[in-house]
Amino acid sequence: MDSKPTDIDKTYLVDYSLHLADSSLIMGHRLSEWTGHGPMLEQDIAISNIALDLIGQARNFYQYAADIMNSENTEKSVTEDDLAYLRDSFEFKNFLIAELPNGDWAQTIGKIFFFSAWQFYFYQKLVYSSNRQLSAIAEKSLKEVTYHVKWSSDWIIRLGDGTIESRERMMAAIEYLWSYTGEMFVPAEFELNDENKVTIDVSIIKKDWLGKVNLVLAGATLSLPKEAWMHSGGKKGIHTEHLGYILAEMQYMQRAYPGLEW
Amino acid sequence: MDPKKEEPLWEVFIRSRQGLEHKHAGSLHAADAQMAIENARDVYTRRMEGASIWVVESKYIHATNPDEAESFFEPANDKIYRHPTFYDLPDELKYM
Repeated sequence: MDSKPTDIDKTYLVDYSLHLADSSLIMGHRLSEWTGHGPMLEQDIAISNIALDLIGQARNFYQYAADIMNSENTEKSVTEDDLAYLRDSFEFKNFLIAELPNGDWAQTIGKIFFFSAWQFYFYQKLVYSSNRQLSAIAEKSLKEVTYHVKWSSDWIIRLGDGTIESRERMMAAIEYLWSYTGEMFVPAEFELNDENKVTIDVSIIKKDWLGKVNLVLAGATLSLPKEAWMHSGGKKGIHTEHLGYILAEMQYMQRAYPGLEW
Repeated sequence: MDPKKEEPLWEVFIRSRQGLEHKHAGSLHAADAQMAIENARDVYTRRMEGASIWVVESKYIHATNPDEAESFFEPANDKIYRHPTFYDLPDELKYM
């Protein structure tokens, strides 16, 4: 940030970076569960590539959050690993859709599509953040996410406009996931730090996101469910039952053997 | 369902950043050309190997029969006059 940040700005900025990091990490970790289990070798590699892209994005945001925290506190320094492996579920600020189970291939595709389409429009805005660090991460991530959107869109169309079974599975996935998309466009307190043009008002990308979703679903001969009640809470640390299990597995090593390295 | 039984095989050709021609990189399974190109991107260009990708369904490749190699290729063995070795190449000529 170029203008002098206040303490409240810094707290918000840490939370903001953690929120972005957490969504990418949890999504990436979930997708990595497909590694070695993909429906075919080529798709196994494709989804593992996407998982790695997301974990890379998470690292960038965690490193930035750690930098800000360390600039405040000189006694004890925090690393990206501490932030990923030593926080509890109520401290995680990821979108709920990231932690949902992979389910079948259609459900996984639906998750990637809804999330990466959000990332696509979000990063397009974040590129113009007055915060140079966030802007740089957004620019790098945007290239990766553009491909994730294309890849998952192709699959939605292929499954939706495919066989009777693939169509039913894709429809079921869209219906299951839909009610987890609402919170992506409702700003949390730490996202409203936009006076200095640091953060993005996520409510403004909803229109573009919805347009893209409708376009792809139309290509898949599918449509969105009717108005539904939306889950929320992810950004505030209120999670589904699934996150605890993810963290138990992901954090086991650092919890059991603190500081262990490869 | 075994997807391998249903999805055709494709041959992948990649042009590297410095390269001038597409080179055979390998093969993979995909349902259609679009998927084959995306799969090729994910399988064969993960380490910045490529600047361009071609895919062609393997069944459309027609090849020589190894059993006929003798009559096909060996007669050229003793015709050294067919090689352009008797010319001096100008320095300006590149990529030969």
